Amino acid sequence: MAIKVKFKDKNDDFYKKIVELSGEQVALCDQCGTCSGGCPFIEEMDINPSEIMRKVMLGQKEVMDSRTMWICASCFTCTVRCPRELDVSKVSEALRQVKLRTAIDEISIADISKEEAKKLPTIAVVGNFRKFTG
Amino acid sequence: MKIPYFPGCTLKTTAKNFEISAIASAKKIGIDFIELDRWNCCGVVSSLTSDDLMKHLAPVRNFLRVQEMNKQGIVENENRMVTLCSMCYNTLSLSNKRMKENADDLQKVNDFMHREEENYKGDVDVVHFLSILDEYGFDKLAQKVTKPLKDLKVASYYGCTLLRPKSVGIDDTEDPKILENFVKALGADAIDWDAKSRCCGSYHTVNNVDIVYRLVQGIVDDAKKNGADAIITSCPLCAFNLDVRQSEIKDKNPDYQTLPIYYFTQLMGLALEIDKQDLGLEFNKIEPEKLLKKLNLLS
Amino acid sequence: MDAEIKMLKVHLAGELFEVPEGSTIMMAFEYAGFQLKRGVGCREGYCGACATVYREKGDYKLQGGLACQTVVTDGMTIAQIPFVPAEKPIYDLTQLSPDVSTFTELFPSVFRCVSCNTCTKACPQDIQVMDYIQAIIRGDIARAADLSFDCIRCGLCAMRCPAEIVQYNNATLARRLYGHYLAKKSPELEKRIIEIEDGKYDKQINDLNEMGKEELSKIYFNREIKIS
Repeated sequence: MAIKVKFKDKNDDFYKKIVELSGEQVALCDQCGTCSGGCPFIEEMDINPSEIMRKVMLGQKEVMDSRTMWICASCFTCTVRCPRELDVSKVSEALRQVKLRTAIDEISIADISKEEAKKLPTIAVVGNFRKFTG
Repeated sequence: MKIPYFPGCTLKTTAKNFEISAIASAKKIGIDFIELDRWNCCGVVSSLTSDDLMKHLAPVRNFLRVQEMNKQGIVENENRMVTLCSMCYNTLSLSNKRMKENADDLQKVNDFMHREEENYKGDVDVVHFLSILDEYGFDKLAQKVTKPLKDLKVASYYGCTLLRPKSVGIDDTEDPKILENFVKALGADAIDWDAKSRCCGSYHTVNNVDIVYRLVQGIVDDAKKNGADAIITSCPLCAFNLDVRQSEIKDKNPDYQTLPIYYFTQLMGLALEIDKQDLGLEFNKIEPEKLLKKLNLLS
Repeated sequence: MDAEIKMLKVHLAGELFEVPEGSTIMMAFEYAGFQLKRGVGCREGYCGACATVYREKGDYKLQGGLACQTVVTDGMTIAQIPFVPAEKPIYDLTQLSPDVSTFTELFPSVFRCVSCNTCTKACPQDIQVMDYIQAIIRGDIARAADLSFDCIRCGLCAMRCPAEIVQYNNATLARRLYGHYLAKKSPELEKRIIEIEDGKYDKQINDLNEMGKEELSKIYFNREIKIS
């Protein structure tokens, strides 16, 4: 299916911000879909990782409304398989940081129930807060 | 051999069984873990943005402690720092790599930590215990085994952080062998399976546990399909998800067949016949002794 | 009149004043005519009420200290802080466990620590704040209690923390947990409490209460002092 792209909508500042934060030249993406094919979280995502790459490439800031970057757990499966050697995990991190750096947390840390607090390992809590709070 | 040892927070709390079984097993083959006398959280999970240097302070502080241990003669010329937890290994290694490869970043971090006695010189190496065992030699380890784990079929679960990204992976990202070689050295059977490096859902266990249930069930089902009796891991977060979350799947679905989860060092301790109390089996959630007793590996 | 007192120029709450050399920050405020109603307490460095931030002339560092203990320098810029807003959950000490899970439940923000050590640098009591926070994260409550023992809860750590942790409330909980669950119990103390409750010392207390000042001071100065 052909995809219509209106270049005049490209938000260049957004694209540059993601490139700067991730250190990845997102525009080098070939759209081969390997990242999406291997992603163990794909079932939970509303947009797949290769679509995220394309939207970033085109400077479409609406990509920030997607849940995908919050589902990504930085497992690096996409990263090690990308034929263009792009670190897709870093692009996800950059997208998360764009929101977290405005001091808006993705989760409420007070929501951990007493029952869960009793059993959760420290590593889970520290890791979760690193990814979901700014 | 004396080697500086970084435990990590979770090995002092929910993963005590990992630490005590590893220390006792290492001692059996002549490796003394010397715990850093002052250490801080490794800063898990590694920050992946190009700036955000503050997130790398935690790892670098720990490297300073290794420098100090050498200076004080607590260890002799040992710039390696051994870790047990895969996630600590990954986080520390990624930060270390960045500091070694980027002099400007190292300078900024050192300047910020002006209260520390020394600058980090960039010459500490983070190593995982499995790599130490590989270097020691699995043949040699096999000779030390006094109770071969005969007929125990083990699924070696690598998870993510031991293997990825490539720059810090301890083995091939797609076809790792190190844990299987370890399992064979203990006299057990290493099964081949697909899910060995599939993510367990990681920190989603805090606020989105359904993802973890789905992934854990997929991993355990694959292990069962390939004939495993048990799964081993080197990550306290994978262990929590595979062990505690798997037992919750069982709670909701009584017909579900669980597989016991062990830290690789618990099986090592068993094969080397360390004291039973050092196996720390009481910390394992899914009943760990029944299988071992059935195979006459535990009395 | 002593005409030799040197005067220093300091900026207090945005205005320039001249105050005598040797003044503490608190004395400088009062010399300049401010009436301190909040952010002032014992004036002896014990209560922690007078946390202050300042910069010294020509120094890039934003420093913190107690207004009653910090002596002003020429060109100093000072802001007095009435108090530091802090998260303070309500808990029943007898219903907790002395381990990391209590902090996961009551103070989850502690796990946001990035080990930057800014808290330790900010502490006017020279406490290893980062180290006690790290001890809490790894569940070593006894170490956290020990390291934080000198805390006077001034709040400067919490104000500087980039992870927005309220260090001193965590430390207070650690010390309470230590005292309630972990500290070695003293059988002598427990025995004495029973004696007191049974009224063994009631007569002596009543006798003291009924004594006049003269008699009281006589027995006070003649008391036996045992040095063990």
